[in-house]
Amino acid sequence: MGNLTTLLLQDVRFREALNACMNCGVCTAICPSAEFYNYDPRKICDIVQREEDVEIEKLLRSETIWYCGECMSCATRCPRGNTPGLVIIVLRKIAQQLGYFVDSEKGRQQLILKQVIGGCILKRGYCVHPDMVIPELHPEQGPIWKWYRDNIKDIAPKFGANYKGNGPGALRHIAEKNLKEIRAIFEATNAIDFHHIIDRFSDEKRGTTPKDIYLKNIYTANNNTHNR
Amino acid sequence: MKSIKKRFWNEYQKEIANDRFFYGRSCIRQTFFPGSETTLLKIMRDALGKDISDNADTHTCTGIGYHSDIIPLETTMAVVARLFAIMTEQGYENYAASCITSFGLYNEIIETWKHEPEMLRKTREVLKKTTGKEFQIPKNIAHPSDIIYKFRMELKEKMKYQLVNRFTGKPLRVVEHIGCHYAKMFPETGVGKAEFPYVLAGMIESWGGEVIDYPERRHCCGFGFRQYLVQANRGFSIANTKKKFESMEPYEPDFIVCNCPGCPMFLDKWQYTIAELENKVYDKEGYGIPVLTYEEMTGMLLGYNPWEMGLQIHQVQSDRLLNKIGIPFDKDDKYRGINGKILPNPNKPNVLKV
Repeated sequence: MGNLTTLLLQDVRFREALNACMNCGVCTAICPSAEFYNYDPRKICDIVQREEDVEIEKLLRSETIWYCGECMSCATRCPRGNTPGLVIIVLRKIAQQLGYFVDSEKGRQQLILKQVIGGCILKRGYCVHPDMVIPELHPEQGPIWKWYRDNIKDIAPKFGANYKGNGPGALRHIAEKNLKEIRAIFEATNAIDFHHIIDRFSDEKRGTTPKDIYLKNIYTANNNTHNR
Repeated sequence: MKSIKKRFWNEYQKEIANDRFFYGRSCIRQTFFPGSETTLLKIMRDALGKDISDNADTHTCTGIGYHSDIIPLETTMAVVARLFAIMTEQGYENYAASCITSFGLYNEIIETWKHEPEMLRKTREVLKKTTGKEFQIPKNIAHPSDIIYKFRMELKEKMKYQLVNRFTGKPLRVVEHIGCHYAKMFPETGVGKAEFPYVLAGMIESWGGEVIDYPERRHCCGFGFRQYLVQANRGFSIANTKKKFESMEPYEPDFIVCNCPGCPMFLDKWQYTIAELENKVYDKEGYGIPVLTYEEMTGMLLGYNPWEMGLQIHQVQSDRLLNKIGIPFDKDDKYRGINGKILPNPNKPNVLKV
């Protein structure tokens, strides 16, 4: 057993997710990602259960592990009770801890996700908030979203929302005492360290490219080699 | 034969608490459908007479971050434990999670704690150290759609309308979409498990409608977390949603209903995008298929004001659906703000009719 397998096995989700895959491929048959991307969760299970470091490292540095949408449809169909989607979660964790994520176009996107979602949690106490769904970055949201955002102060109360208000209700301002405790939890459980690791390896990869250009690039770059 | 079927079906039921719920709001539902959460609380309190707590100290469960792989499991466990601690402090034991991702995550965490008591001990320790709080694990975790399903017959008695086309007298044909994390990860946590999810179908059939069983009924809506959140990946999202539309189109649905907060946004907004990109609309008249949350569907039949529930902030408009059922609405009030404030009308899409 290689070092990477030892690392994988330290995570309870990996231990629970993979027990003697027989490579039947039912997970691939039901997988929404496998229909869109050049992706085969069956192969991932095959590679990790062979426990060879060279192959696993190649996987961790590849685009492949970033194709899963974590819908967990695979969990419903595996005749052995495995969950390839959960194996992916652990592979992604280790790819970030070891800095391998910056070797793939899709992996590098973790910096954006950390900034946008992680930042929103720590700043606002929400994963997602209307203020961050900027129409220019989300043209798919259509003219109705722009109208809602432009008039949110007047229209949200009509829906009973408490937009940026104190007290309970949808879209309320989450009080600083609550945010302080969330941040303390993030510190104590190493989430902040994890985010620093993403920053550090991304900075190394970015080199002298200005940060805003690097971020824009990883948000939009698509080398068109990912699909079937 | 009937009793065998009944016995078999009993195995597909789940326990849903009767009263006294602690409500956990959803980041995505608040963002895109804030009126749905207001509507849920109104249904629970006014129509069903239930006690449901809406506490200002609650916050995200970190679910979108967790499934974007930027939040460690231990962090998510402790943040969720803080939510459970607030529930405990308030004297509640039944948790009702507005978000399907939260609902799935709570079930995953509690199941993990059962098998890994050391992780539970560490979570308790870190929560105490960082917040001074202690928590009880909820006795019952339900998605609020479970609760509406449980009390669907009581609600039916209070409903002003049915899912019936008033012009033809025929049941409305409804596509129901269940969020993947409702029962795919832990089948026993869903009504009907992963194989026969009946939580929305039960509402539709009880309230006069007809459920459409189409080939891609259980396919993901196309969210995929990072596959939508990062612009470069959105092809994944729209392609998977399109697969569903193409599969349901021949059955001519009157509307789509969802229990997950994200799915209705994708099923609504990608219709707009596909129309703009390919000039393709999935209903014969060119308006698109309206997509409702289960709260909006329930509130609509109870006779709640559609513009106070937020039906107008869907891109595919539901005026024709309301008309089909016979629900009156004030056209002039549709795009007005609170207290009737006059606001500019939204721009119209190029292709979708509104």
